[in-house]
Amino acid sequence: MRIKEHPILTFGEKEKLSFFFDGKEVYGYEGDTIASALHALGIKILSYSIKLKRPRGLYCAIGNCSSCNMIVDGKPNVRSCVTMLVEGMNVKTQVNKGDINEKN
Amino acid sequence: MKKIDLVIIGGGPAGLSAAKTAAESGLASLVIERSSAIGGQLVKQTHMFFGSEKQYAKTRGIDIAKILVKDVLEFPNLIEIMTNTTVVGLYKDKVVTLLKKEKYIKVQAKAIIIATGASEKVLAFENNDLPGIYGAGAVQTLMNVHGVMPGHDVVMVGSGNIGLIISYQLIQAGVNVKCVLEAASTIGGYKVHASKLKRLGVDIKTSHSIKKAIGKDCLEKIIIGKLDDKWNFIDGFDEEIEIDALCISVGLSPLSSLLSMIGTEMKYVGYLGGLVPLINKNHETSIENIFVAGDVCGIEEASSAIVEGYLTGLVVANKLGFIHPKYDELYLDFKNQLRNLRSGPFGEKIRLGLKEIAR
Repeated sequence: MRIKEHPILTFGEKEKLSFFFDGKEVYGYEGDTIASALHALGIKILSYSIKLKRPRGLYCAIGNCSSCNMIVDGKPNVRSCVTMLVEGMNVKTQVNKGDINEKN
Repeated sequence: MKKIDLVIIGGGPAGLSAAKTAAESGLASLVIERSSAIGGQLVKQTHMFFGSEKQYAKTRGIDIAKILVKDVLEFPNLIEIMTNTTVVGLYKDKVVTLLKKEKYIKVQAKAIIIATGASEKVLAFENNDLPGIYGAGAVQTLMNVHGVMPGHDVVMVGSGNIGLIISYQLIQAGVNVKCVLEAASTIGGYKVHASKLKRLGVDIKTSHSIKKAIGKDCLEKIIIGKLDDKWNFIDGFDEEIEIDALCISVGLSPLSSLLSMIGTEMKYVGYLGGLVPLINKNHETSIENIFVAGDVCGIEEASSAIVEGYLTGLVVANKLGFIHPKYDELYLDFKNQLRNLRSGPFGEKIRLGLKEIAR
């Protein structure tokens, strides 16, 4: 959900960016991080814990906690809360420690 | 290897302010910021600040960030800014290893100011890792930087100033704040912030805390309970609240891991938020020419971080032989400003904490 009206801030029209989330084409906006774009789409599960496979979402949003690590364009452990969204990006939910041989 | 007199780690209020007074003294610096923009956490703070005019009181945090950024951009020949750059190595001989766009860069400095700020604390309760449970600052980033709501119905845990201010900002963003929980028997933050919330009908439940979160894949509801004087739950007062977002605002911890990396003398000081370096009156750590400013040496308001930055930039420049034309006057002024910011009952913990780390 995006904020529609705000007494102090204005969120103007921004360029729409298409990207892929777990293979499905979705949209965010210029200026979004990967996590903020997904959150606006109602997608809160970004990774699963390594041992118990518990769902994990955004916690700190400033790149400290690594709860939001995702696979981006084949690269695992990308902090989706501080990585800016780019048109055409391929974003996947991460379910393990990250595999160096991950296919894009 | 790149050589520069002063490396400042962190482009938030403390780091930018330090770069400014260092540049005014004639000292060149490199400011390293891991995120894509400088300004630190001020860029999401839509509320007006307190303090005096010198610390930009009555100005919104987002506008203070603009002032601090503009100030450093006025010295293009003396202040270099590297964003999207993370410090991954720090050595006693003042060599800093940076990671930028998958490349390592080494920089040799004469002095380093560590102004890395703080991170939010977490709270232990059942299912505290469910998606939909956030640090309060994370919610502020989502809302005020990206224009995204964290959910429809929110409960805030913690009634310090951050908890109170962000609860108010959630309402401004159109989110329903169901209540604020406070484990202590009194509200932690300033009365002015609490009153704003109460006027909007938000219940601030003192002597209450969260027992557990419930939800299949994401947060669906929470169980809260009433606490006695020793913060133990009292039987028979449990209450279930349906929410899709929970904000945790139970304080901040200094981001001091870089200091531990080079072995500066550290001490755990609860009053200051956690592990902090021992410092002298000029913010120098136990390793010569390694300085600190801002929340990394004790959690305070951003106003204090700004003044600490000004002070540290000034003294570092002086130590390296670049003397500000108004050095004595400014030094006294910054010291007095810090004293004023830490005066009164709200500054007591800071005053006690700073005594513990004085070297």
